[in-house]
Amino acid sequence: MADTTAAVQSTLGQPTVPSISFFIVIVLITLAITYWAAKRTKTTKEFYAAGRSVSAFQNGLALAGDYMSAASFLGIAGMVALKGYDGMIYAIGWLVGWPALMFLIAEPLRNLGKFTFADVVAFRLRQTPVRIASAIGGILTVLFYTIAQMVGSGSLIKLMFGLPYEIAEIIVGCIMLAYVLFGGMLATTWVQIIKACLLLAGVSVLTVIVLAQFNFHPGELYAAVAAKYGQAALEPGGLVTSPLDAFSLGLALMLGLLGLPHILQRFFTVPDAKAARISVLYATGFIGYFYIIIPIVGFGAAALIGREVITNMDKGGNMAAPLLAEFLGGTPFLGFIAAVAFATILAVVAGLTLAGASAFSHDIYVHVIKGGKATEQEEVKASRIATFIFGVFAVLLGILFKGQNVAFMVGLAFAIACSANFPALVLSIFWKRFTTQGAVWAILTGAILAVGLIIVSPTVWVDVLKNPKESVLFPLKNPAVVSMTASFIVGILVSLMTREPEAEAKFEDEKLRTYLGVGAE
Amino acid sequence: MQKSVQKILDSKDFKQLMSKRATVSTILMVLLFAIYYGYIFLIGLNKQFLTQKIGEVTPLGIPLGVAVILAAWVLTVIYVVWANATYDPEVKRLKGQLLSK
Repeated sequence: MADTTAAVQSTLGQPTVPSISFFIVIVLITLAITYWAAKRTKTTKEFYAAGRSVSAFQNGLALAGDYMSAASFLGIAGMVALKGYDGMIYAIGWLVGWPALMFLIAEPLRNLGKFTFADVVAFRLRQTPVRIASAIGGILTVLFYTIAQMVGSGSLIKLMFGLPYEIAEIIVGCIMLAYVLFGGMLATTWVQIIKACLLLAGVSVLTVIVLAQFNFHPGELYAAVAAKYGQAALEPGGLVTSPLDAFSLGLALMLGLLGLPHILQRFFTVPDAKAARISVLYATGFIGYFYIIIPIVGFGAAALIGREVITNMDKGGNMAAPLLAEFLGGTPFLGFIAAVAFATILAVVAGLTLAGASAFSHDIYVHVIKGGKATEQEEVKASRIATFIFGVFAVLLGILFKGQNVAFMVGLAFAIACSANFPALVLSIFWKRFTTQGAVWAILTGAILAVGLIIVSPTVWVDVLKNPKESVLFPLKNPAVVSMTASFIVGILVSLMTREPEAEAKFEDEKLRTYLGVGAE
Repeated sequence: MQKSVQKILDSKDFKQLMSKRATVSTILMVLLFAIYYGYIFLIGLNKQFLTQKIGEVTPLGIPLGVAVILAAWVLTVIYVVWANATYDPEVKRLKGQLLSK
């Protein structure tokens, strides 16, 4: 059993030949793919949905690549290293939305939609109000998620490569924009597939090397952790203290997935509902496997590197996995893992940018401003302009929020997704009496409550704004249980008060498309 | 065409197809909630159960956490197997009726 503590010297934070080489190779390959994809990206169907040519297996990998962020990889490994078992509880929460996505909406979404989830919400309702409301919900979700990703990526790249924060933001912004602007969804899909493969391979290798240190007996690894940090490291700690808090966070993670625009958009890239369903099976498998092995990396870092060394590098523990890689595989393996983390950031931000841009160009520009009558060229041009604007905003917001505590923004993105987007989506698909007014008020109620309540919750009021604990106005760390319930209630009540015979009539025809895929694009 | 659409919509087979899908997805959703929240509330309410040792130091909580992830995945397998074996052929049959008339 290895019980040595790693040397404190580390090349982490300096650009090394292996890390730069791996990084350049990844960027060159993905840019070559973008060049290839650009020649196949002329129409709107190609730009937003990769021509619906993505197979179920490819989409499963791309979904995994779209979803597993640097926060899952570096963050959960670090959390397990520093807090032990609590990191595992957290990881499990990130997985359980996937089966729900399959059971409830994957197939109807694919059958009803064209390019964005707003297509589905607005399918039989009045276009202008529903499109505007859906775009607000969608863009807010994507925006908060993007800020969290950009701020995280700037600090991570600075930690790993030693690049100044602002330069890191600009590099991420430029490469990501190259993918999306020129290669649209096709390039984004392949970047996400490559990233998923690299991430799964990198973490698998890391896991095997860690287990090899303990004769392939996880029990010996746990014993080493317990010897160093006590049995408590292997037991639930303070994460689940209030059952209502845990319930609310669980709801946000589980059902929020069903309202994430960049994830939902991926379902329009496969040929039919069956492929949509099977792609979730693959995605759940890949993501589940990842969350099963990532705690081993975290425990390995605690046992072999030690918590002190990890927190010396980064208080949040994000450098646990890179430090472990360097300790076990030297500078080349660290270089590989650092490059993988970089690719992870690029793939997620590219997916987010495409989703944000689509909400602007497809929902607002085409359906609201142009009344649904835009030519192919006009829409593709608008989507590229929207992509560029969104990308520039992402970089600027990343720089603006430098050094700020933005960890809550991921939770906020999930809270808005599950409170604003998810109720409207589900009610529109399954409830005949749902009306335009109902949809608009459901989305606005969910979005406003999610944002408002999180500001007066301990997450922001105490942790970010540094107000005293007693002055907190809303007790839950994540508002989902309140804001989502309110959105459903408002959506149902307003629908019952307003009648829309046209929407009800269309619901009957819609059924053939929802269940049989007749007329699906 | 419109007539055959209405006929399908009114047919017993189509209504059964819709209710079958609703039943299967509801059951699976309930199981998913039970598994995930069962695990979470076990942590909150009966921590001793999770901290009992099954090996030298390994507490039950670790394999149980892995089991929650595996169980979630198995639920997706069940849905896919059901949909491929029962739902898809029925969809194909109903679509065939629509086109033949």
